[in-house]
Amino acid sequence: MPETIPDLSQPAGWLPLAFMLVMGLSILAYVVLDGFDLGIGLLFPAAGDAARDRMIASIGPFWDANETWLVLGVGVLLVAFPRAHGLVLGELYLPVAVMLVGLTLRGVAFDFRVKARATHKRSWDRAFFAGSAITALAQGYMLGKFVTGFEQGLWAYLFAGLIAVCLASGYTLLGATWLIIKTDGELQGRAIAWGQRALLLLAVGIAAVSVTTPMISERVYDKWFGIQNMIVLWPIPAMTALLFFIVQRTLARLPVRLADGNRYGEWVPFGATVAIFLLAFHGLAYSLFPYIVLDRLTVWDAASAPKSLMFMFVGTVVVLPVIIAYSIYSYRVFRGKSTALEYD
Amino acid sequence: MSSADPLLLSRIQFAANISFHILFPMITIALAWILLFFKLRYDRTGKEQWINAYRLWVKIFALSFALGVVSGITMSFQFGTNWPGFMETVGNIAGPLLAYEVLTAFFLEATFLGIMLFGFRRVSNRVHTVATALVAIGTSLSAFWILSLSSWMHTPAGYEMIDGVAHVTDWTEAIFNPSLPYRFLHTLVASFLTAAFLMAGLSAYRWLRGDRTEGVAAALRTGVYLAALLAPVQIFIGDLHGLNTLEHQPAKVAAMEGLWTSQRGAPLVLFGFPDAAAQTNHFALTVPKGAAWILTHDVDGALQGIDAFPGEHPPVAPVFWAFRIMVGIGVLMLFLSWAGAWRMLRNRALDTWLARGFVAMTFSGWLAVLAGWYTTEIGRQPYLVSGVLRTSDAVTTVPGSSIALTLAAYLVLYAVLITAYVSVVFYMARIAGLPQSKQSTPRAHGPSSLVARDHAGAGHA
Repeated sequence: MPETIPDLSQPAGWLPLAFMLVMGLSILAYVVLDGFDLGIGLLFPAAGDAARDRMIASIGPFWDANETWLVLGVGVLLVAFPRAHGLVLGELYLPVAVMLVGLTLRGVAFDFRVKARATHKRSWDRAFFAGSAITALAQGYMLGKFVTGFEQGLWAYLFAGLIAVCLASGYTLLGATWLIIKTDGELQGRAIAWGQRALLLLAVGIAAVSVTTPMISERVYDKWFGIQNMIVLWPIPAMTALLFFIVQRTLARLPVRLADGNRYGEWVPFGATVAIFLLAFHGLAYSLFPYIVLDRLTVWDAASAPKSLMFMFVGTVVVLPVIIAYSIYSYRVFRGKSTALEYD
Repeated sequence: MSSADPLLLSRIQFAANISFHILFPMITIALAWILLFFKLRYDRTGKEQWINAYRLWVKIFALSFALGVVSGITMSFQFGTNWPGFMETVGNIAGPLLAYEVLTAFFLEATFLGIMLFGFRRVSNRVHTVATALVAIGTSLSAFWILSLSSWMHTPAGYEMIDGVAHVTDWTEAIFNPSLPYRFLHTLVASFLTAAFLMAGLSAYRWLRGDRTEGVAAALRTGVYLAALLAPVQIFIGDLHGLNTLEHQPAKVAAMEGLWTSQRGAPLVLFGFPDAAAQTNHFALTVPKGAAWILTHDVDGALQGIDAFPGEHPPVAPVFWAFRIMVGIGVLMLFLSWAGAWRMLRNRALDTWLARGFVAMTFSGWLAVLAGWYTTEIGRQPYLVSGVLRTSDAVTTVPGSSIALTLAAYLVLYAVLITAYVSVVFYMARIAGLPQSKQSTPRAHGPSSLVARDHAGAGHA
């Protein structure tokens, strides 16, 4: 299939690209931000009652806004690339519905667990875990289906199943490393151990996607394994490997450092994990471009009328920086260790 | 029609979803402003009753908000999955309106809600009040954009059709389309009435259980007076909205009135059983020339009946009944709130029977909202976008069996959540006045426990 890139000096050329960027940013923001929320839900069964309250307190002020990035990402897909939205979400109808049930359970359990009768708290805790797990697994499954271009057949389902487990593991790593930043004492120590366990499966998942996409699409293969490209692109896998090494090492050393009162390394595992997600996302986006559905629909084929895109673009340029600014403000307001149990 | 008809199932699913969703924004849109009112009263007077009222109601707000968010996310997906024809035909208009809702409202309310709920110890009192105000602005802004889209679907304007796809010619005309002002005001006031009756009902419930503290009295007064003030206003706005509908969607009005044949001096059907096969109402109780007088302000004015719109009119019975339920609840609201306000002004207290009435009417706003929503949405059928797109042309290609499966899952989930919500709200009202919740009063400019202790998980238990 020829890759014709239209005249980028025209709105019909650059506007779809601009919205591709906005959508990419939203999805990335969602995966990282709600990733640690979901990870904390996934870790719930491993934690005791007191620890659970602190874990919730570490994400309580943020989860709602974090989830909104998903609405923006899907919203941009819907309004800027309606044809891709129909194709992608039509293919993924059932996993999307499963994810929505998961998101609903997770979102309401946050509130119900502290407001319902104390005797019902355990049930809502279970709903919180179940909702987080269903959401994470469904998203991983969808990612697995998406990167294979919605292939059918047994191995495609098995692959999607594997990616589901791996993405859930990635979220668990984000959640655990977030807890390392936001808590201290015994819970922090346990979070380090949780992170170490989650690391391996994330690596398996990223490796599986990296190996599979070039195998499915000749175009992707040529992109990564052409002679000039290999030289320019090798830093991406190399840096990813390095980051995995850094996470593994810091998690192993943190208990010793923290025992010495050295809190400097607390941020490293979370930061490095975010960087891993960023690189993996970047690599995947590079593989797909200019297609929005692998080898079937390009960014330009899928885009709305330029007039409507322009109307939204103006609003996005004005409002998105403001959103980012007050999001950062909110994270600054709630910076530091989450001191849930000292509020009284 | 097979048992797994995607059109029918998609319609039921979307109706179930939107009916569930709308319940919660209808509480939060107004409750956000009422909370701001409590907060400002507290800042001004320093009286503990206002912050006590705030403390309980911000929890109910948070719970309602969470339910609104999760069901709203579900809807944002269903626009595309169940109604792909909608976005293909009118996506150039619907898309930007939805995008502006996400950009200008969703992030604003979600982010500052965090500060409103948990930030009292971390920001100054002034910033906390500003955060409360921003959440209120965000919820109303969100309502504005989604109602602009909804209104456009009823009364499309500012567009042209090119090759079967709508393209915008004038954004101002499209956004401020003819039915928006009426629909927006009618919905906003409906939200305030819903929140007012919720507040009056739960406070009356606490009052009946013997909690006579100032916080309960403050919330009760706010709810009753607000309802007494707004019930007549709503009837007036509803009348204007009806006249606007008559101008733009006469078939809907014919169905609302149960008017089968076009005529001069049409009677007002108070009650009856519409029969689509016989094109008549059985056992009808009518006021001669009533409909003509109300709708045209002339006892011999001409009105179009269902017969004027062959194949282009909504099903009569559901619209007819939904409209009567809405109006009936509205009239009940008017009587109860005026009786309550009158007794409270005279005696500074409610009678037991009135308090029981308010408890019974706690969620009456929900019923009126749903009935009104069905009136207007079913009244638009067979169109999804009036005159532009038929509902049957917008439906998905997803197999009916898949939709049946997801519909069953959503229905079970929603039934569980509604039950949990209603029982938890009453539970919270029950325990809120108990002396064991030794909540401290926040200082005007300093750290305070406010609501944080609860959300942090210290809990009531």
